[in-house]
Amino acid sequence: MKTRTMTVAAALFALSAPALTAGGADDDNLTINGNIEMTTKAEPAAHLDGALPEVISGWHFRSDETQELEMDDFDNPGMIFVDQAREAWNTAEGSEGKSCADCHNEPESMAGVRTVYPKWNEEAGEVRTIQMQMNDCRENRMGAEPWKYDASAAINMEALISSVSRGMPMDVATDGPAQETWEQGKEIYYTRYGKLELACASCHELNYGNYIRADHLSQGHTNGFPTYRLKNAKLNGQHSRFKGCVRDTRAETFSPGSPEFVALELYVASRGNGLSVEGPSVRN
Amino acid sequence: MAEGVRPRVKVPRSASAGDAITIKTLISHPMESGQRKDSDGNTIPRSIINRFTCEFNGESVVDVKMEPAISTNPYFEFEATVPEAGEFKFTWYDDDGSVYEETKAIEVG
Repeated sequence: MKTRTMTVAAALFALSAPALTAGGADDDNLTINGNIEMTTKAEPAAHLDGALPEVISGWHFRSDETQELEMDDFDNPGMIFVDQAREAWNTAEGSEGKSCADCHNEPESMAGVRTVYPKWNEEAGEVRTIQMQMNDCRENRMGAEPWKYDASAAINMEALISSVSRGMPMDVATDGPAQETWEQGKEIYYTRYGKLELACASCHELNYGNYIRADHLSQGHTNGFPTYRLKNAKLNGQHSRFKGCVRDTRAETFSPGSPEFVALELYVASRGNGLSVEGPSVRN
Repeated sequence: MAEGVRPRVKVPRSASAGDAITIKTLISHPMESGQRKDSDGNTIPRSIINRFTCEFNGESVVDVKMEPAISTNPYFEFEATVPEAGEFKFTWYDDDGSVYEETKAIEVG
């Protein structure tokens, strides 16, 4: 435990009283690489209207061992994919012979971008996710094939863009031209789907901290995406995660990249406004 | 041939003589076990890192034989005592015959 900020006392407590702490959010502090202080608990946004007493990052619902993996970039397996994306960033593709770097310089120039997406795009007249925006670049500026939604190359690039915003608070806009999409996302969030008749809210609003089978339910915030999951040893996108959740309700799911999931991504992101960007985070 | 293989090593820049330091190593590698089948039912051939070694100034620190059950992107963390300034040499041996090497110098102060 040498260099870790979690205290020995906290670890001992967790060992001696597993029944009390199992499943619920803990009180550990998240600092990445010893210098990026993360806000992992925040005041709920006004639009939540009391639905959550406190907005808590999914990091708090994981075991100490899983939490530690996120505290150092060397230990975080998600950073392998960020490194791969860094290479892709500098690689020219498509008919124009351009790379991301030709327009955007260093990936660090994207700091802050992750915090405001999904975001209204005036020209296109729609709310766009980071992946939609990346594909716009690929098709229209680079003359390259667009990436399939949540394909590993796209997720890795999203992780790179996210990684340079770590520590900055999520701050997506819910009003103005984005409001209609946001309302649609909210409706999806509270709609019960599938044979099990579960809405997002059934688990992530009413039962966070409790177990769902052998796993702990978090509040389902998206600040940690793309997420490295120990269960599949790769980065996972938000829409794929949504799809997995909807599938588990035994419903026909929406597709990654569909307007429904874009709307849901915006709404869910707005629930976590105030939490630090963590992507690529580590979860189980 | 495995793609995207890249070794990474974390060693402190300096240490006190006789101190035990923590070394972390990771190599990105698919570690295909040879047990899986593709969608046509054909066995995907085994492709793993089968041996990992660490030497300090020519002396063996660890020498690990690795088996197919080890998961993707194998990570090793171990301690080593540093008697003098020198160089750690890390070597990974791939099934396909590739050898990946990384070195890190450490000062004693």
